[in-house]
Amino acid sequence: MTGFAVMVRKEWREALANNRLLVVLIVFTLFGLISPVLAKETPQLVKSLGGVPGIQLPPPQLSDVVTQFIKNVASNGIFVAILITMGLVAREKERGTAAFVLVKPVTRLAFLAAKILTQSVVLAAGIALAALVAYWYTIPLFNASLAGGFWAAALVIWLYLLVMTSWTFLGSALLTSQIGAAGFGLAAFIGMSLLSILPNANRYLPGGLLDIARLLALAQTPQHLALTIGVNCAWIAIPLIMAFLVFGRQELVARQ
Amino acid sequence: MEYAITCTGLSKRYGSLAALTDLSLAIPAGTIYGLLGPNGAGKTTLTHILTGLIHASGGAARVAGLDVASSGVALRRRIGVLEQQPLFYGWMRGREALAFTGELFGLRGAPLRARVAEMLAVSGLTAAANRRISGYSGGMRQRLGLALALINRPEVLFLDEPISSLDPEGRYDLLQTISQLRGATTVFMSTHILADVERVCDHVAILDHGKLLIAATVAELRDRYAQPIFLLEPEGGQDQAVGYLIDQIRAEAWCTRVTLEGGVIRVLARDMVPDHSVTRASERILPLVVAAGVHLQRFERSRPDLEDIFLQIVGRGTAADPQPKLAQAAQEGTK
Repeated sequence: MTGFAVMVRKEWREALANNRLLVVLIVFTLFGLISPVLAKETPQLVKSLGGVPGIQLPPPQLSDVVTQFIKNVASNGIFVAILITMGLVAREKERGTAAFVLVKPVTRLAFLAAKILTQSVVLAAGIALAALVAYWYTIPLFNASLAGGFWAAALVIWLYLLVMTSWTFLGSALLTSQIGAAGFGLAAFIGMSLLSILPNANRYLPGGLLDIARLLALAQTPQHLALTIGVNCAWIAIPLIMAFLVFGRQELVARQ
Repeated sequence: MEYAITCTGLSKRYGSLAALTDLSLAIPAGTIYGLLGPNGAGKTTLTHILTGLIHASGGAARVAGLDVASSGVALRRRIGVLEQQPLFYGWMRGREALAFTGELFGLRGAPLRARVAEMLAVSGLTAAANRRISGYSGGMRQRLGLALALINRPEVLFLDEPISSLDPEGRYDLLQTISQLRGATTVFMSTHILADVERVCDHVAILDHGKLLIAATVAELRDRYAQPIFLLEPEGGQDQAVGYLIDQIRAEAWCTRVTLEGGVIRVLARDMVPDHSVTRASERILPLVVAAGVHLQRFERSRPDLEDIFLQIVGRGTAADPQPKLAQAAQEGTK
């Protein structure tokens, strides 16, 4: 892993210089902020629009905040994760900067590992901020606090986003097109979503993490916790290992 | 003799296309080595194999005493690379790029700061050190590229078409810098600008269609391909007579090439020593001048320059490729 620490510092400076970190923090702050607001105001909004015939909407509860948070941060966050990951390797290959760096004493493993580590931290920072804002804003809106398990739920959502980040990262390592890499990540997301329709399959797929996150946030004990987390860690590791193997053999030629 | 770079039977294939074929080369340490060839000759492929960016399909190469295929980071610590259009992170500042590269080579703290300052001064970028590279001109990028390539004091420096995008002043400065490396660093420079090779290189190899046509010192090449060149400089205002003279010379059997550049007629005579054609050329030119009624300011017999030799060698071709396009075009366009 020669050059790993230097590359991590470079990746971090790049995330600051091209505003990737700032954009992620702003977008996830918004996701966090709107979650309690939507949970609180949706019944009122529906009522003011005339309501739904035959359906009496219950008063807003903390569980609605959790539902909104998972929907906003995890489901919408997928697209943020794909967008900020698609160019990580592909753009450097396309522009020739990968070749510029890799004729210096840096292993290809260090080159990739620095990228995925930094990206994971950027996403973690975004999710942490979203959770903090949602937690803080829930208190005045609901006169109550979310359960302590909410923080564990945020951690599980981070794992969920890392699965899609890893598959997009593999696409980025395989291809020289950022759009192609995004398509690869999106295809992995759609494929896994389709597989989750199969009976009992969800616990082995990223979707199972969202079920666990919901239960943890509501201070309940999820079944298959270790199994689902373990399998999803494998879903993260497999594309990363594949990316390292593929990139290690690739011929890098600067585009002139 | 100690060699900085050796290639043995090196080949590179892309499907059915042979980018390099059975290339063997030994480059003495401390020399400035020019790799010449037309576009598509395989120069960049060879440079990329030697710097570890791509893998050879066959054969072996050693750089700075290390096997290229298996040495990885150890090799890259000992080399410097400058591409034709250096590619950097545009968001970095000049100083930042040098510090980043220095850190990759293990420099830290005061030695790193000193080396960065030194390289900024050498490359004339001290004033622009805190500007983003994305705002640098092409010449500034090239100078920064060279500074980055030299920051680790490499044993072997690879320069891939380093001069072609520079203005005359930048070109002069870069060639001066390269000349100053002689003896301390082995410089491997691929280019198609023959005048620059002639100016700084000690040794030359000529590639065409992935095959090594010749490798020798510049002096050996001149001796080996010592066809005479006749330079005729007519007085002004004789355009019609000069045109007639050129046609007459072109019609001679011993004439290989005639060009008119900057008011000087340049005649390359065919190498046919056994039937004394060179002597025949010497005997025939002046009578042709007289017959054409051309008044000369200068008549000189000269040695061929590298461009003449290059065209001669590339034009000779091989059985598989009897007439490479560049030479063919040169002959069609001039004779």
